[in-house]
Order: sequence, then structure tokens, then C-alpha cells
Amino acid sequence: MGHTLIEKIIGNKVGHEVKPGDIVTVDVDWCMIDDIMVPFAVQKFEEMGFDKVANPDSVVLIYDHFLPATQVDDSRHFRAGDEFADKYGIKRVHRTDGICHQLMTEAGYVKPGDIAFGTDSHTVTYGCVGAFSTGIGYTEMAGILGTGQLWIKVPETIRVEIDGTLPGNVTSKDVILRIIGDLTASGATYQALEFGGSTVDAMSVASRMTMSNMSVEAGAKCGVFVPDEKTCDYCRIPYDDSVKALQPDGDATYTKVMRYRAEDFVPVCACPSLVDNIKPVSEIKGTKVNQVFLGSCTNGRLEDLRTAAAYMKGKHVAPFVKMIVTPASRKIYREALADGTLEILSDAGAIITTPGCGLCCGRGGGILSDDEVVVATNNRNFLGRMGTSKVQIYLASPATAAATAVAGYITEA
Amino acid sequence: MGKVFRFHKDVDTDQIIASQYLLFPTIDEMKVHTFESLNSDFASQVKPGDFVVADENFGCGSSREQAPSVLKALGVKAVIAKSFARIFYRNSINIGMPVIVSKELYDVVKDGDEMELDLQEGVITVDGKTYSCTKLPAKMQEILDQGGLIASLNQ
Repeated sequence: MGHTLIEKIIGNKVGHEVKPGDIVTVDVDWCMIDDIMVPFAVQKFEEMGFDKVANPDSVVLIYDHFLPATQVDDSRHFRAGDEFADKYGIKRVHRTDGICHQLMTEAGYVKPGDIAFGTDSHTVTYGCVGAFSTGIGYTEMAGILGTGQLWIKVPETIRVEIDGTLPGNVTSKDVILRIIGDLTASGATYQALEFGGSTVDAMSVASRMTMSNMSVEAGAKCGVFVPDEKTCDYCRIPYDDSVKALQPDGDATYTKVMRYRAEDFVPVCACPSLVDNIKPVSEIKGTKVNQVFLGSCTNGRLEDLRTAAAYMKGKHVAPFVKMIVTPASRKIYREALADGTLEILSDAGAIITTPGCGLCCGRGGGILSDDEVVVATNNRNFLGRMGTSKVQIYLASPATAAATAVAGYITEA
Repeated sequence: MGKVFRFHKDVDTDQIIASQYLLFPTIDEMKVHTFESLNSDFASQVKPGDFVVADENFGCGSSREQAPSVLKALGVKAVIAKSFARIFYRNSINIGMPVIVSKELYDVVKDGDEMELDLQEGVITVDGKTYSCTKLPAKMQEILDQGGLIASLNQ
């Protein structure tokens, strides 16, 4: 019987064939702990009575949600991380480099076929390079720190097949939002999403990241892509037989196959306050906005900033709109600075902030108040996420965000 | 016997405990804000032994373990839902809080109903009627029986 991609990845790691439902214990290649969860993971690690970290080189601490600190208690989290790193010999600590889910692949850690866990639900992002990665709680992370292992249940897989060429104003964000709308917020719970087809093959790794990142919004355990030459270029590794082996068999078993024609996609928004409340932008066009947020681990990459800049060049943000641009990492910030992207966005009236999670988790500058409307490129529009529970959050692509910022109301590019 | 607090589908972890409270150093400081955006009286009204009953996909969203932890700290005996988001489910077991799948309970109970739960037998009793609920996978039941992952790893 054939295997899906996630069954291949897990099977390779444990050294024998696996099937959905199997419970296996895996050696963990990468542990990512973000600043929010650091003190809690450390506390649980100590309560468990471990006296050393099983594999300090597999552990990456990343400060991003609280950076730069906006409340007096935030720096307690940085101190807890620094002390833990010092005490247990953890060398991979990113204090100001950007968002965890950007850095885990960008900084050269997670590679095709790896298994990674993180204390944040968007750890699913690394499926973009053909890795198995998912979010866990801090108690479970403490267990991995001490043992180097975790038990997992091999998930069933939903195959999503997209063929053809996307319309010019449609990005991978519109694609994944539509898929989440079709699946619903719980439609892929406990399952892996496996993306394929000519549209996906033509996408950049950055575009695939957006889709892996949001697979958890349909409840998925992970969202994986077959690693190809582009993946290997991005990961700075050779495209060799071990990578080529990471693909699903023709006779793999799926719980469901969803097929799409790329030409049928249109710009969409996730409307308040559910990620699966998807509507075409054309249906909600004209909704007046107070703020636009371009950034996050979903859409804060160079291609996202460039898409916005291409639209906004020579134009200006509407006078009553605040547009906040937050590059996902320092590397992206510098690249966008060097190629003139940031200058165009700044000339257009955008506020450019330091790399990090920023407004996405409701912690950076840009908190909104009752009845205000924000169009944002991140992954969640939950009630109260960016201010009061009466803030209206619409999730959209960078192209739609840029066009909306200029118009002052929701519109497609 | 405990009282039922009933919640709709897709209750996310931000609604259980909002991110601005995650910087509090202890769960006890966070717990008074549980379900604040949905029912601001919840934390003051819930009593040890009470139950949270929900529709589909309870606990979706972030991986914050503080979500099941605040419920446990308030004394919630178990969460019974039609289905759970996977990280919330796993976190609950790891901290030793029972999470139980029942496809029918949500549709037959009201807010404030008195109910009883027999975990060992997998039986819920409300208003004299009994309902069976799904048992946990063996691996999870073992962790739960030992009082959570810390106790389990310390064995």
C-alpha cells in the first residue's frame, strides 16, 4: 500500500513503514520555544526534575511576540530564556532577529524530512520545506527538552490539488483562505494537508509558507509540500536522492482529495470573526477601514512587501488610514531596504516597524478600539485579537491590503 | 454533581484566555479572566466540580497551554465537547484535565443544568438520563491517570 508524504517523512525518521493511527515515538530534530512560553517551559522542565537538556543544539529560543517590550513584565520572559540558555548550553538564541516561524527555516535550521515541534500553533509553517512540524504546549515541550523525544499519532491526509495559473491579483493567501473556507475551521482536525499540482509547483517557497502557516486554521496537524529544487536552494542543501524520496506514492490513501482550478480563485477576505468566514473581496468592497497591517509569519516576507510596493508606488495611503508594515525578519527588512521596497512603502505613508510578531498577536503598536475596522495579512481574526472584542478584523492578501490602504475601503488590487 | 456552562462551536483559545493575560506570571492571576470576552461572569460563577460543555472544535487556535490550565485552576471537572482542536486536547491530557468527546450532550443540555460524570465508566447523567461518551486512547488515559505528563515522566 502506498504512503502519503507525511507518512513517508515520519516513516523515514522511525525507520519503518507507518500508517495513519499508528502511535510512534520520534527523535525530535528541532524544538522552537518563543518568548511567550519560555518561562512556563522552563518552570515545567524544572518540575520534571531534569538536570540537563537532552540535545541543546536542537533547541532554538526566539524572542518575537514581546519585541520590543511594550509592558514592564515582558522582559521577565527574555531573562528567563537567557538564564535557561546559559545554564543548559543552548547556543541558538534569537533575541532581535524576527518571527520564530520565519527564522526556523530562514536561519538554516529545519530541512526537508526533519521533525520539529514548537510552543506556538503556527509551527506548522515548516511544512513548506517538506518537514513535519506542529505546535505543542509548554509541558510537552519541557518533556522533549529532557528526553529528546515525543510520541505522536500518524495523521490521516487530505490531498489538495491545484492546477493552472492564478489570476494576477490572487496570491497564495487567497488560495489558502478559500481552502479553509471550504474545509471549515475544524475540517482538517487531526489530519495532515498535502498540497500539490502545477500551481503549487510554480509557487515560491515564500508563497508555500503562507499556506503551510495557515493549515492549522482548518485544524490540521500540519500542511506539507513536496520538497523540490526551489526548496533545496532556499535551505542551501543539494537536491539529492534523500530529498527526492520525500514524495507521496501514486497509490497513497487519502481521506479526501480536493481539486481546484487556479483560474477559479478570486481575491477573498476572512470576515469577522472566524477564519473560515470567507467572502470574495468583490462582495464586501467599500467597507471603510481605519487601519491596514502588512506583516506576520503568514505574509511578512520580501515578496509580500514587494507586492504591496508594486501597487503603492506613486500612490498614497488614504488620509484616515494608518498602514503598519512589519517585516517578518531582520534579513527581510534589510533586503527590502536595499532594493527600495521600504522606501516606496514609506513614501506612500506606511509606518515601517521593527521585525517581529507586531500587531498580529495584539501586542505591538496598532491596537484598535470598539467598532474600528482593520484589514490584516496575518492568520487569525479571532475576537479581541487586535484590541477590544468589538474590533472588526478582515484577513486578506498583501495585494488586497495594499489596495485597501490606498482606497481607504476594502477593495481588490 | 456539577453545573453546566454551555459554549458554542469554534471557541478559540483567545476567547478562553486572551493573549494580553499570558504575561501574568501565574495561572491563578490569569484564571479570573477566563472566557472574559464571551461571559465576563464565568470566572466568578464557576465552582469546583462544574463542567464546560461545547459544540464542535473547542479550543481551536493557539497552542497556549494556559487555556486548559485556567479551566483546571478554576476547578472545572471536565470539558465535554462534540470535538476538540488537537493541541488543546493534547495539552489538557498533559496537565491532567479530562476532555471528553460526546456528540449528543451539547444538544440536550442547557446552561445551568446539573450533571454528573463517571469517567471510569464513560457515562454522563443529566436530568435522570444517561449518555455514553468516548473513552481516551490508552496512551492518553495512562497519562491522565497518573495526573498529567509531569507525574507520568516522574514515574
